[in-house]
Amino acid sequence: MAPASAFEYAPAPESRSVVDIAASYGLFIDGEFTEAAEGKVFKTLSPSTEEVLSEVAEAGEADVDRAVRAARKAFEKWSALPGSERAKYLFRIARIIQERSRELAVLETLDNGKPIKETRDADLPLVAAHFFYYAGWADKLDHAGYGANPRPLGVAGQVIPWNFPLLMLAWKIAPALATGNTVVLKPAETTPLSALFFADICRQAGLPRGVVNILTGDGRTGAALIAHPDVNKVAFTGSTAVGKQIARTVAGTRKKLTLELGGKGANIVFDDAPIDQAVEGIVSGIFFNQGQVCCAGSRLLVQESIHDELLDSLKRRLTTLRLGDPLDKNTDIGAINSAEQLARITALADQGEAEGAERWSPACELPSSGYWFAPTLFTNVTQAHTVARDEIFGPVLSVLTFRTPDEAVAKANNTPYGLSAGIWTEKGSRILAVANKLRAGVIWSNTFNKFDPTSPFGGYKESGFGREGGRHGLEAYLDV
Amino acid sequence: MSEKTEKTEPRLSVFKTYKLYVGGKFPRSESGRVYEVTDAKGKWLANAPLSSRKDARDAVVAARKAFGGWSGATAYNRGQILYRVAEMLEGRRDQYVAEVADAEGLSKSKAAAQVDAAIDRWVWYAGWTDKIAQVVGGGNPVAGPFFNLSSPEPTGVVAVLAPQESSFLGLVSVVAPVIATGNTAVVVASEKAPLPALSLGEVLATSDLPGGVVNVLSGRTAEIAAPLASHQDVNAIDLAGADETLAKELEIAAADNLKRVLRPQPVDGAGWSATPGTDRMTAFLETKTVWHPTGALGASGSSY
Repeated sequence: MAPASAFEYAPAPESRSVVDIAASYGLFIDGEFTEAAEGKVFKTLSPSTEEVLSEVAEAGEADVDRAVRAARKAFEKWSALPGSERAKYLFRIARIIQERSRELAVLETLDNGKPIKETRDADLPLVAAHFFYYAGWADKLDHAGYGANPRPLGVAGQVIPWNFPLLMLAWKIAPALATGNTVVLKPAETTPLSALFFADICRQAGLPRGVVNILTGDGRTGAALIAHPDVNKVAFTGSTAVGKQIARTVAGTRKKLTLELGGKGANIVFDDAPIDQAVEGIVSGIFFNQGQVCCAGSRLLVQESIHDELLDSLKRRLTTLRLGDPLDKNTDIGAINSAEQLARITALADQGEAEGAERWSPACELPSSGYWFAPTLFTNVTQAHTVARDEIFGPVLSVLTFRTPDEAVAKANNTPYGLSAGIWTEKGSRILAVANKLRAGVIWSNTFNKFDPTSPFGGYKESGFGREGGRHGLEAYLDV
Repeated sequence: MSEKTEKTEPRLSVFKTYKLYVGGKFPRSESGRVYEVTDAKGKWLANAPLSSRKDARDAVVAARKAFGGWSGATAYNRGQILYRVAEMLEGRRDQYVAEVADAEGLSKSKAAAQVDAAIDRWVWYAGWTDKIAQVVGGGNPVAGPFFNLSSPEPTGVVAVLAPQESSFLGLVSVVAPVIATGNTAVVVASEKAPLPALSLGEVLATSDLPGGVVNVLSGRTAEIAAPLASHQDVNAIDLAGADETLAKELEIAAADNLKRVLRPQPVDGAGWSATPGTDRMTAFLETKTVWHPTGALGASGSSY
């Protein structure tokens, strides 16, 4: 991206040598890596260069069955372990993640395309923190508010997305194991590697075989896992459309279901907001992880009186973002995760333009290989515009205006989603009044995109149900 | 009057026309249809409204309209009103004992036990309204300079299929927890024994409960439940009164807008008489987590 200041940054790439990626990986079932029964494989590549990183096995129905049977067998002993013993396994895993966090951060950046700055400073610390947090619950479940001696459900089938591969794994596996369940997890087909490395961490931690099983594959593998009759608990993070399909699949069964789905978060800026802080919050809200975040603040609602001032500041700030090599420690915007996702973002942005919204991007040179999309703003957006309604899951911000707090609330809530929202104002009572009326599971006031294992996270309405994180996150894995 | 006339012309009792309870009013079914309700021995008791899809939709509109006020009322106020329902029921206890005895073929004493338990259940939930937030919410100790609070909030309009067998205690057991937490409800009464539910509407109407917070429909459960399960403005559905086949169909329909679904729960030994836990309240609560920077001064900052 064109430098806005007189200062040029020298390249500061993180070394790849800390990661040793094998040419091929099998499925991790019952403590061992094994080939898929049908022998199918697929490639995973680095979205920033399109370089093939590795080849991984594609699990079919027979593999799903094998993994579920391994998890079922392991469940008996795992669930019977004293909580204090399960806790120690989780603490071990948390520690090993800390030890190997540089390796995992580089790996995640290679496979996902997100900046090393984010994997190193956000993803990995949170991954370790989640295991630490739930490790501490394992021997305290009697005190969690779900009655004395709450029971695990059994085998958890978990399907996670590609935007935070390792973090989503941690959100799913840590509470499942702490509560005494065993796990079959399917990572996304574009980002399978960190889950396979996690399998190695389970091995190093001495986790009993079969407690964690990793099946790589695409949507068909996930569908087979969710439909498997011997799965007791289904957890899914991903798109709303797939979430609805999963809800139909588990209908009429005893499977417990939690869904973390899409969002179209409103970031509401009132005229008394601290503008510079708000601009930083808007940037992190929509450009963190290239906007590929379910709780992204993808709709900016600005009070009309400060619209021009705020947009000027925001545009100026966007010219300082650095897009490029995700392994460079100075990179702010990395690659879009896949060609498919890039095509979707491109199509929706083009539609925004065709519908009459005003498009703006900073002068920005895109690398010649890989999947890239410049940070993009749409102004003159109305609520009827596609870019204000559909989840884009990319670095595209739609700007709308409002005059009164009531109008801000009405516009913010005018969406089938209800995952996140932001409020920027110096007036405390307004924060509380607006937060109270917003139909969203997470509300950030004068900040955005903050996460912590102690905090329940999850959506209202079509953003899904159930909460992950905190004491609330235990409920999904207990027979309560 | 002489004894003679009393014997030859006994007083003709006044039948009650049972009506729906929607939006605080007592309409007949939009369809103009009724069906015969009999007692446990097959003797005709009354004609109950046979609600249509339109009645179900009207009830959702009423429930949505009432949601803002009811969810925005203080928990203390909601508790007072729930307790008031118990007061009103106590005053009409004999009526409900007779209705439940007829509906379920119970002896007077067994029916009385059901009604007493139902009244006590309102009292129990009345006490929960201003406590549940403290039990399931709270501050989160995040690893950063943030004030961060999780609070439960009602999910919205809840469609409630009342249990088929327990015409009054079962009904109260599924309605009270839904509204205790600030949701509004569209209730489908027991198909076979709807009269206690329709009479409950009369008590709710005189209990300071705002119109529309509870709406009671009678008729064919499967017919009314289908449009409720697929309704885009219904946020949750309690399938207590659905059989296995219907429950599955409705759960599939409910996926259209990702309704919160409470599947039929096994009712064990003590049946609906057992002391309920908090599950029926938490099933229809969302958790909202609000963050704010604290501007913490840090470990090296000010001290006392």
